[in-house]
Amino acid sequence: MNIIVCIKQVPETAEIRIDEKTNTLVREGVPAIINPFDTYALEEGIRIREKCGGGVTVLTMGPPQAEQALREAIAMGVDSGVLLSDKAFAGSDTLATSYALSRAIRQMGRFDLVICGKQAIDGDTAQVGPGIAEMLGIPFIAYVRKIEEIREGYIRAERLMETGYQIIEMSLPSLITVVKEINEPRLPSLRGMLKAKKTNISVWDVEKLGGDTGRFGLDGSPTQVIRIFTPEPRKGGEILQGAVEEQVAALIERLKETKLV
Amino acid sequence: MDYFLTEEQKMVRELARRIAEEKVAPVAAELDEKEEFPWEIMKELAQADLFAVFLPEEYGGLGGKTFELCLVTEELSRICSGVAVSYAASALGSFPILLFGNETQRKEFLPKIASGEKLAAFGLTEANAGSDAAGIETTAVRKGDKYVINGTKQWITNGGEAEIYTVIAMTDKKRGNRGASAIIVEKGTPGFDFGKKEKKMGIRASATRELVFQDCEVPAENLLGKEGMGFIIAMRTFDASRPGIGAQAVGIAQGALDAAVDYARERVQFGQKISSFQAIQHMLADMATHVEAARALVYATARMIDSGAKDAAKESAMSKLFASDMCMRVTVDAVQIFGGYGYMKDYPVEKMMRDAKITQIYEGTNQIQRNIIALHLIKEAASKK
Repeated sequence: MNIIVCIKQVPETAEIRIDEKTNTLVREGVPAIINPFDTYALEEGIRIREKCGGGVTVLTMGPPQAEQALREAIAMGVDSGVLLSDKAFAGSDTLATSYALSRAIRQMGRFDLVICGKQAIDGDTAQVGPGIAEMLGIPFIAYVRKIEEIREGYIRAERLMETGYQIIEMSLPSLITVVKEINEPRLPSLRGMLKAKKTNISVWDVEKLGGDTGRFGLDGSPTQVIRIFTPEPRKGGEILQGAVEEQVAALIERLKETKLV
Repeated sequence: MDYFLTEEQKMVRELARRIAEEKVAPVAAELDEKEEFPWEIMKELAQADLFAVFLPEEYGGLGGKTFELCLVTEELSRICSGVAVSYAASALGSFPILLFGNETQRKEFLPKIASGEKLAAFGLTEANAGSDAAGIETTAVRKGDKYVINGTKQWITNGGEAEIYTVIAMTDKKRGNRGASAIIVEKGTPGFDFGKKEKKMGIRASATRELVFQDCEVPAENLLGKEGMGFIIAMRTFDASRPGIGAQAVGIAQGALDAAVDYARERVQFGQKISSFQAIQHMLADMATHVEAARALVYATARMIDSGAKDAAKESAMSKLFASDMCMRVTVDAVQIFGGYGYMKDYPVEKMMRDAKITQIYEGTNQIQRNIIALHLIKEAASKK
């Protein structure tokens, strides 16, 4: 079974800061990690390979230093890594990112399953996974909390809902996004770390991906970030004093004042 | 201090540290309290290939030696010494096979230890034979193509949990030390059973049990080396493993020092952080200096052994002696810096002080280490004349 896991390198959340002038994340001096949800995707990919055989390729788009995230994935047990890195990809929103990743997946040839984390902890959109499936024209299940069965051409999985879960069957090739309930990601192994150090990471540019050049990077991104801000902390409420009758009267008065009634 | 580790050694240390901090730290106090053998963590260590670091590649290892064993043991000990000794005892159990086993024995047992599939243990101590190994009463009598073992080993680390045991037994009682032999015994062999799990002051996550042999028949090909070599095998094994105890002591002490520094920077008395008091500063400075000195000695000894030194008994004894005495002092001082809080189980230094004590006792008491060192000094001086 050929599995492709898409990951994203994100800043460590504990240390996130926003540049107030540009409304973008301050990345300098902030440690970069694999998006935590993607570590569940990696673990699940490795587990499927251990059960069904085949190979796991990890794919990411980002600046050259995103290579480190791929090496970490290889240290966990992934077979190979592909980095999409090109100035032309800069400024990609979720649409352009989905497009680039889907183009790369097409280039990889036959695959059975694409696995993504449910969302990245920096943007929190949860759009790229489904976006890739749409562009590849394959079915997908988002928020998978358990794979009940997987074999050639078939998968049955539990999708986590706000109230319970659904069991969904789907043909392969297809895509799933996973939630943290699905597994406990393993730590790297020493053999994996040694391999990760030696492995050649393929770096693909926009030319390699082919397709419509206008759909990559900033040009292919209709999303415009107008402003990012931290919401004002909610001000403390007011507690009305006095006997119940007085409190009710005061409350009605207050509601009238604010034209809520 | 920069010890100029290789890239691979840095990886070993980083991985061991990650496992210690992410997997061991959250459960260390509970394992200690419940005296529970850390099987989950042993599996993590196996999966991370850390049981492979002290064995050669041809036997499923990663080609490292004593130094790598020390790095892992130190990092684990920084968080939980009970976990560390369970790991290191498997290395101890593998050394007699590595050093004295024939090719068949090595190929049979070492890959299983390197993969972490099986734990190993070493059985020497008995009720009446501790420091005086010549007092061993367990016997192994040759009967055709088998040895029949009878007797009881005491305080065996990983006892009951390990699958592969190297046991020292007398094949010829009349010859004293020279009548001892080393034999591999596998768990599950009829006549081989385990006594009660001991309740200990420290390293409580580790399992310490009796090995009980009653007409236990073992294939004669499980003999390591030749009959009569048991005592030599035990001594050479300890020469290779003692820096591991030194590393354990360094790790415990480093953990205690780190905790003490953090605490001193938080604790306020007389309107200021206690780290601003010179009394505390000097204690911390001494602790840090002693930890570093011990680490330097342990690392230098491990490197000496790994480079193939013919006789490292003296240095090996020094590294264990110095590091363990240092560890006891440093952990006592760490508790002192914590004051009343340090005496409570809510903080980790109380456990570290309990864990420290055994490092002065096992794998040869520190008195025996001094004997070894002195004996070598005298021998060396005599040989010069």
